[in-house]
Amino acid sequence: MLVSFFFALREGGLKVSITEFLTLLELLKKRVICFDVEEYYYLARACLVKDEALYDRFDRVFSAHFKGIEQSFGPAGADLPEDWLRKQFELGLSEEEKARIQALGGWEILMETLKKRLEEQHERHQGGDKWIGTGGTSPFGAYGYNPEGIRIGQQGSRHRRAVKVWDKREFRNLDASLELGTRNLKVALRRLRRFAREGAAEELDLPDTIESTAKNAGLLDIKMVPERHNATKVLLFLDIGGSMDDHVRVCEELFSAASSEFKHLEYFYFHNCVYEGVWKDNKRRHLHRTSTMDLLHKYSADYKLILVGDATMSPYEIHYPGGSVEHWNEEAGSTWMKRLLDTYHKAIWLNPEPVNRWPYTPSIQMMSELMEQRMFPLTVNGLEQGMRELS
Amino acid sequence: MSDKRFTGTDCYVATEDLTTAVNAAVTLGRPILIKGEPGTGKTQLAQEIARGLDKPLLQWHVKSTTKAQQGLYEYDAVARLRDSQLGDERVHDIANYIVKGPLWEAFELDKQAVLLIDEIDKADIEFPNDLLRELDRMEFYVYETHQTIVAKHRPIIVITSNNEKELPDAFLRRCFFHYIRFPDKETMVDIVEVHYPGLKKELLSEALNVFYGLREVPGLKKKPSTAELLDWLKLLLAEDVPPEALSSDDRRKTLPPLHGALLKNEQDVHLFERLIFLNQRNAR
Repeated sequence: MLVSFFFALREGGLKVSITEFLTLLELLKKRVICFDVEEYYYLARACLVKDEALYDRFDRVFSAHFKGIEQSFGPAGADLPEDWLRKQFELGLSEEEKARIQALGGWEILMETLKKRLEEQHERHQGGDKWIGTGGTSPFGAYGYNPEGIRIGQQGSRHRRAVKVWDKREFRNLDASLELGTRNLKVALRRLRRFAREGAAEELDLPDTIESTAKNAGLLDIKMVPERHNATKVLLFLDIGGSMDDHVRVCEELFSAASSEFKHLEYFYFHNCVYEGVWKDNKRRHLHRTSTMDLLHKYSADYKLILVGDATMSPYEIHYPGGSVEHWNEEAGSTWMKRLLDTYHKAIWLNPEPVNRWPYTPSIQMMSELMEQRMFPLTVNGLEQGMRELS
Repeated sequence: MSDKRFTGTDCYVATEDLTTAVNAAVTLGRPILIKGEPGTGKTQLAQEIARGLDKPLLQWHVKSTTKAQQGLYEYDAVARLRDSQLGDERVHDIANYIVKGPLWEAFELDKQAVLLIDEIDKADIEFPNDLLRELDRMEFYVYETHQTIVAKHRPIIVITSNNEKELPDAFLRRCFFHYIRFPDKETMVDIVEVHYPGLKKELLSEALNVFYGLREVPGLKKKPSTAELLDWLKLLLAEDVPPEALSSDDRRKTLPPLHGALLKNEQDVHLFERLIFLNQRNAR
């Protein structure tokens, strides 16, 4: 049972190692816990999961694997016939159905209804959505799916609650594939940190001093090195206005995270696609434009280029001169994109649109091709992939 | 190995999942890695384990410049160089210039110790990798004196992290892991009770309402944490603020009294003031 749990975890996308699993077995052998499924859950989590972002995934696997096995952990204090409640089949309900069941009302209503049902019912029952039995969606009975359900014959757990700790899924917020906040963004951006020694020599380099002193026949020969600091340079281009209005908050968060994280960060705004001019102040976008050509010359090729935009526009805006919705552009957007990419070899495009919508928008496909598939969703995972591409 | 189990102490409320993880680490003598929001009592945990299980506590606070070697020992080359130039006799024995680090000290003790490695994520990215063998086998080799130091009793090592850097997989495999979740209201009442026994009930419930209300405010840069709540309560008690001053009617008009203990930067205070302003306008 435990071995199959181990493989279920690995299938569920948790990289659990054999040594960690053996540690868990050792702990079980040493009787660190009593026969309590909840303690077992905590113990297994402490041994096998090493990142709070994966807690939710663990909860899901645990819940799927141990559904209905809780009984074997403790004395089954059932007043009802044993085989009556024996597990017959696993349920595969859709998310919608689950949501519908959840709305069945509070604890007291459930208890009252249970009493009534028990009076009405005299035979063994299985499946269905009203009678007490196994495998159904009724709130009463066992092994079915009802998050607020009452388990009969399963009082093994100390807390006697049908909604188990792992079924509560309290760590859902921490799952890395979900939306991100400023803090998450910062952590992801930190992948880009490259510490380097640059500038004036002002720290004592002890190993080097010792070595050269030794070579110098014991006469002190002091060596200095420059201080280390983050030397990553980033050029950030943000799409603004139009279809990007839905994503303003995410972009703001990304921007505030990025600006505190990098010493050299230059940001510019563009609309839909980069053309000959970009701007720094969105209110005065028509007055104060910076020529893109100047940018290419001003910022050296070791800058890393991050473009943020939904790339949702008409294909003309990318491929034809004069395609821009705002002004007459002499050269096509794709030409400017190529120029940027030729200069900055480390470049990615972050797209706040959900990935599943990408195939339905031709311009996203085109932009992704221009970027040589270096387009990533603006989620923590996407950002991490992107940072890996950049570093 | 001690048979005692850690269950929290008279001034530290440990949830069931935390005690399970700690007891697992104590039983096998493996390190336990603690993560969680700042101010949820990560560092205090080590102190309380030491107190609860009656073991000596050693602390190693990690900074951005800390090297793994410093936890084991340091060879004071400069002192030796000076002694050599002054012709001191001590210079002939290199052992005179070996300064023991916290890990060495923990290994040497005659009884099992609790060793706290605080804020491991502040150090260089290679730091955890340099400690792999030491944490796994609980031994290390001193090159200068050619001796191997082996732990007499495997210390209980508590490592805390604020998630600023990702820790390498090989390191994580050797640890137990626990994420201290922000306590819910019930646990929070227990925690406050432990710190300020006999606090007026109304004051506590009003204060908790204000506190959790603040945590719900979207867009706060730094959400107030347990440690900040406790500080704030202390201030409220010292100033003898009546519970009525905290009730929600008042809150709509002004910032909560002594808000400086809860909101730690001016953007947050500003944001909150704006929300109050909006609330007032809606109320009219």
